[in-house]
Amino acid sequence: MRILKFWPLLTLLALAGCSGSWGWYVVNPATPAGQRNLMFLLDGLYYTIALSVTAIAISVLLGLLVALPGLARQRPPRVINRVYVELVRAVPILVLILWVYYGLPQVADISISVFWAGVLALAISDSAFQAEIFRAGIQSIDRGQHEAAHSISLSYVDKMRFVILPQAIKRILPALGNQLVYMLKMSSLVSVIGMEELTRRANELVVTEYRPLEIYTVLVMEYLVLILLVSAGVRWLEARMGMSDRR
Amino acid sequence: MPAKKSAEQDSHKPPLICMREVNKFFGTFQALDKVSLDIGASEKVVICGPSGSGKSTLIRCINRLEQHDAGEIMIDGVTVDDSAAARAVLRNNVGMVFQQFNLFPHLSILDNLTLGPVRARGMAPAAARELAEYYLERVRIPEQMQKFPDQLSGGQQQRVAIARALCMEPRIMLFDEPTSALDPEMIAEVLDVIGELAATGMTMIVVTHEMGFAGHVADKMVFMDHGRIVEMAPPKRFFSKPESDRCKIFLQQILRN
Repeated sequence: MRILKFWPLLTLLALAGCSGSWGWYVVNPATPAGQRNLMFLLDGLYYTIALSVTAIAISVLLGLLVALPGLARQRPPRVINRVYVELVRAVPILVLILWVYYGLPQVADISISVFWAGVLALAISDSAFQAEIFRAGIQSIDRGQHEAAHSISLSYVDKMRFVILPQAIKRILPALGNQLVYMLKMSSLVSVIGMEELTRRANELVVTEYRPLEIYTVLVMEYLVLILLVSAGVRWLEARMGMSDRR
Repeated sequence: MPAKKSAEQDSHKPPLICMREVNKFFGTFQALDKVSLDIGASEKVVICGPSGSGKSTLIRCINRLEQHDAGEIMIDGVTVDDSAAARAVLRNNVGMVFQQFNLFPHLSILDNLTLGPVRARGMAPAAARELAEYYLERVRIPEQMQKFPDQLSGGQQQRVAIARALCMEPRIMLFDEPTSALDPEMIAEVLDVIGELAATGMTMIVVTHEMGFAGHVADKMVFMDHGRIVEMAPPKRFFSKPESDRCKIFLQQILRN
């Protein structure tokens, strides 16, 4: 895995390292200092992944909770769904991160760590999109499935859990994969409140080493490799589920 | 295996299903127009009529897939509405088979059959499995339990759907054009199973265009047009001398094919 992560970087080193404006020595894995710097940058990977994965898990649950009232026959629950989605979609993620970290502790009189502030802001912001994805996915399921569930007297929760959602989730998997990629990228914004993830690490190294070009290039590579891996993983999962697709 | 409830009809008891002046609108379109119909225990009623005449809507109102706008529907003396009592009466009494089968495509045949008994009736999985095996045998689909719906033919799927409904052990079965989506060569196998079921004393309401089957099985024929019950008679009289012109024309058209 490590090797896999290095090869595009090595290629770039080989191609551009000789040009006068580049100073690849800062991240040269052959020197102790370069190694140290590289490890410092890669260390941010843990928080980028932890942040994104935790946030996507929460946003999927939150999104589902918001999507369900949007599918109700009655108006009031649908209004709740609309208001939530429109409101959350209108707030930029960066603004939400700042507000949750600096504002929420004062309003709610709680203390919140950088990590959980980041997770919360990312999850809330993404949940509006998740809600729309779930709504579309659930609506795409044939009415006959609801009617059949009704005809064997399943409760609403059982109908959703055993009949509708398993089919809907299979259909929205590509969209959920996209959201995970989106989340990985958006997690870079949490660096503004001091989260030691990939972007923050790169910023800090730039301040001490004064080589923004090389360090940010490495940062680009880090995200690129991470996201290509995730995309491949999602495609693999889709193919696997597609094999057992019934209908 | 499962004990069937007493089949004989008691004239002192109210009918099992009782519809009184039921109206149903879809927007401004009136799907049911003051429909009144009594169905006794173990009675077989076949409903026919041109498309859009309200046949499907009628049976869908009985199990609350559609909510009627006026009038009353009672099953076993309980008013059908959104109450818990109505839900219980539907759960314990009414099963339904759809035109498009509506099997759950992501579940195996066995899981299709046991889902209702386990989740809605609180049955133990082992008991539900036994029940499923019993009814699969009855509809002549043994040894396919681990397959998925799309691995079966249309006729087999519909018979599985019948077994799924039977696993709830209802007293009343509603059939909404059960053979209309089937290839011609598969219609007979499904009608045979329904016919056998009729012989067990099950109360049945069947919406169908299969007039040969209807004449065989029905105690009562109902002809609907424009949301109204136009004609209601035992099959012999219904087919030999229908009273209304609309029914005559309908029968001529359908029997010619």
